Amino acid sequence: MKYLDEYRDGRIARALMAEIARRATRPWVLMEICGGQTHTLMRFGIDEMLPPGVEMVHGPGCPVCVTPLEIIDKAIDIASRPGVTLVSYGDMLRVPGSHQDLFQVKANGGDVRIVYSPTEALKFARANPGRQVVFFAVGFETTAPANAMAVWQAKREGLKNFSMLASHVLVPPAIRALLSSPRNRVQGFIGPGHVCTVMGYREYEELIREFRVPIVVGGFEPVDLLEAILMLVVQLEEGRAEVENQYVRSVTYEGNLPAQKVLAEVFEVCDRKWRGLGGIAESGLALRAEYADFDADRIFGTQGVTAEEPAECISAEVLQGWRKPTDCPAFATRCTPENPLGAPMVSSEGACAAYYQYRRHLATAPGGR
Amino acid sequence: MTRGTKQETNIEAGLVCPVPIVSRDSVLLGHGSGGRMSAELLHDIFLPAFQNSVLARLDDQAIVEVNGCRLAFTTDSFVVKPMFFPGGDIGSLAVNGTINDLAMGGAVPLFLSLAFILEEGLSMDVLRQVVESIRVAAGLAGVSIVTGDTKVVEKGSGDGIFVNTSGIGMVPGSLCLSADQARPGDRVLLSGTIGDHGITILSQREGLQFESAIQSDTAALHTLVADMLCAGDGIRCLRDPTRGGLSSSLNEIAGRSQVGIHLDETSIPIREDVQGACEMLGLDPLYVANEGKLVAIVDPHSAEPVLEAMRQNPLGRGAQIIGTVTDTHPGLVTMRTRLGTSRIVDLLSGDQLPRIC
Amino acid sequence: MCLAIPGKILTIEEQNNVRIGRVQFGGITRETCLDFCPEAEVGDYVIVHVGFAISRVDREEAERSYALLESMGVLEAELQSDLEDL
Repeated sequence: MKYLDEYRDGRIARALMAEIARRATRPWVLMEICGGQTHTLMRFGIDEMLPPGVEMVHGPGCPVCVTPLEIIDKAIDIASRPGVTLVSYGDMLRVPGSHQDLFQVKANGGDVRIVYSPTEALKFARANPGRQVVFFAVGFETTAPANAMAVWQAKREGLKNFSMLASHVLVPPAIRALLSSPRNRVQGFIGPGHVCTVMGYREYEELIREFRVPIVVGGFEPVDLLEAILMLVVQLEEGRAEVENQYVRSVTYEGNLPAQKVLAEVFEVCDRKWRGLGGIAESGLALRAEYADFDADRIFGTQGVTAEEPAECISAEVLQGWRKPTDCPAFATRCTPENPLGAPMVSSEGACAAYYQYRRHLATAPGGR
Repeated sequence: MTRGTKQETNIEAGLVCPVPIVSRDSVLLGHGSGGRMSAELLHDIFLPAFQNSVLARLDDQAIVEVNGCRLAFTTDSFVVKPMFFPGGDIGSLAVNGTINDLAMGGAVPLFLSLAFILEEGLSMDVLRQVVESIRVAAGLAGVSIVTGDTKVVEKGSGDGIFVNTSGIGMVPGSLCLSADQARPGDRVLLSGTIGDHGITILSQREGLQFESAIQSDTAALHTLVADMLCAGDGIRCLRDPTRGGLSSSLNEIAGRSQVGIHLDETSIPIREDVQGACEMLGLDPLYVANEGKLVAIVDPHSAEPVLEAMRQNPLGRGAQIIGTVTDTHPGLVTMRTRLGTSRIVDLLSGDQLPRIC
Repeated sequence: MCLAIPGKILTIEEQNNVRIGRVQFGGITRETCLDFCPEAEVGDYVIVHVGFAISRVDREEAERSYALLESMGVLEAELQSDLEDL
């Protein structure tokens, strides 16, 4: 596949590895933001290839992991009602709510369906006027425009049986929260390539001015990540802190303006609670008042739903890069993909799941297989 | 493993995790996926109830001895949705699937039983089509349907058609193919491209549809197996990687034989369009179902002759040696990626889900 | 996060005032909404996420940056084989 396979070239990967080893004269702690980037690092064993001084810690870039507990509970509440079809991306079905997950709702007779695209959710709504179709819209800035289009189109068509349970999160406020923490160890970030494809990277300039930490916007294939790591190491070695773009084939400074326009029409920025991280101001997106008729939270009266979220969980420490999944005493013992204690073990993009799937035999925690 | 809905307290670290362990008091779809949850069901409920040495082997078929005759006996149920798909339907799956379970024990398949659970309101034409499909598949494979049963359930209690087939075959001589026979040094052979069937089914599913030329690979593999057995006597084990994909079968073998299996990513054959679909949906082809492929563990001396014999058979044209059995990391399957690094090929928990992330 | 892959636009048509492309990903084809990439034409590659094109692949940039990577790869391979010869 063009623009994919060539970024998995072993020879180029090894060359980048060698260059990173040559340039890194001191230890550096780097973080990749996106769960998809974590997945690639694990799947291709890239963190194994890095010189010992260059440490990758994994960020909160997994919308599944950080979706607040009460949103899952709302989805479960809505999906359990008769006459309702909850349509969702596949990732969300296994995330545990307070008492069960959406798979169990399905087992108990709820109509829960998986789609690849929000357009499929719309199609289903049009084809089934007798059912209340609720689209569970989760994601970062990458997915928000597509979700926005679905609602925008529903409004234009005057669809009466379509609504959205929306929980979007924004990346720059999360990075800001990470960098503001006194426990932060991260010295350089691989920026989220597809989020930046939509939003551009203008917002990151403010961050580097304030915190003096380099950010390189990276793609998702092994060569992309290695190149981004190299660019970060070079900046750090030279004492620079700039925003650079590695993913030039997709990302521009301004980003995708038509997508941003639809986003702004349908959504507005709001405060958002991140599972494991707590509340971050102005870090989420909510439906604008003009789209209130399509707001499932309002329609189904779930606004009052809250969930008990005890203070700490090691998820928080992992998501902010303070600890590795293998540092968790429960990793691979009490906490496994079948019995997840936290969301990062459930999502295929979660750091814990990625470690479990690809790296468990190296776990230093007791237990293992 | 603890069960219950109480909060798990991590006393050592003084941390409390907000997500309670969910108790499994009902059957979920994941229990049928061929991964870890299926294994749990087997080990927690079925095995303790039906303890015997034949069952304990957990092979795709049971080999029993009756009056000096070695018979292979197996059963399989088919619930595929959609019922009809490019390359086959629930009928051809039902015949080929059970024949393959017999063939993986080295048996010559002879007789099948056929049981239907039909949903009230099912179109008679659909039933005729499925039956015709079964007739053709059985004829091609040279097996007879010798007994059967039909039940009808109320509308809403079934999915159109559920089919169960059971099969009997004869195992030649003292042939003993089993998942516990793998030894370090053995080679891992795969008969052809992976992921074709599972991706075909997904391409037909509402909500995930896409256009492709991919067809299910459903096929009866007993002639391929016969050719392989003629070519060498070093075949230790055969498996057809259905639900749970290649990963499931290899993990089972690694576990039962207590050996490690190490694969080479670049040797694993996969169609470009199957790869494209997997990339789009975020699926790993190693976990996608196949219905006309087999994986063989073969001793190093027989590997080349067996591979050659496979390639001479139309069902094995794309056969490759994809890995080796090792004594490092017993019970684990690992893979050398195209970058030269190493990763685990783990058993999945439930079904692999398409992802956006 | 944000699984998005590159695909080639085979055809473009209007459905209900929405610009829809048939996009090919290594042998499979899927309908993709092109409304976010109005400049994309037949033959272009786009990056697609959940059935929506979010960017048009910048071929010149891709080629330019890849050429640099390619030469690194060649150089390193030569270095390796030199080392092996010693």
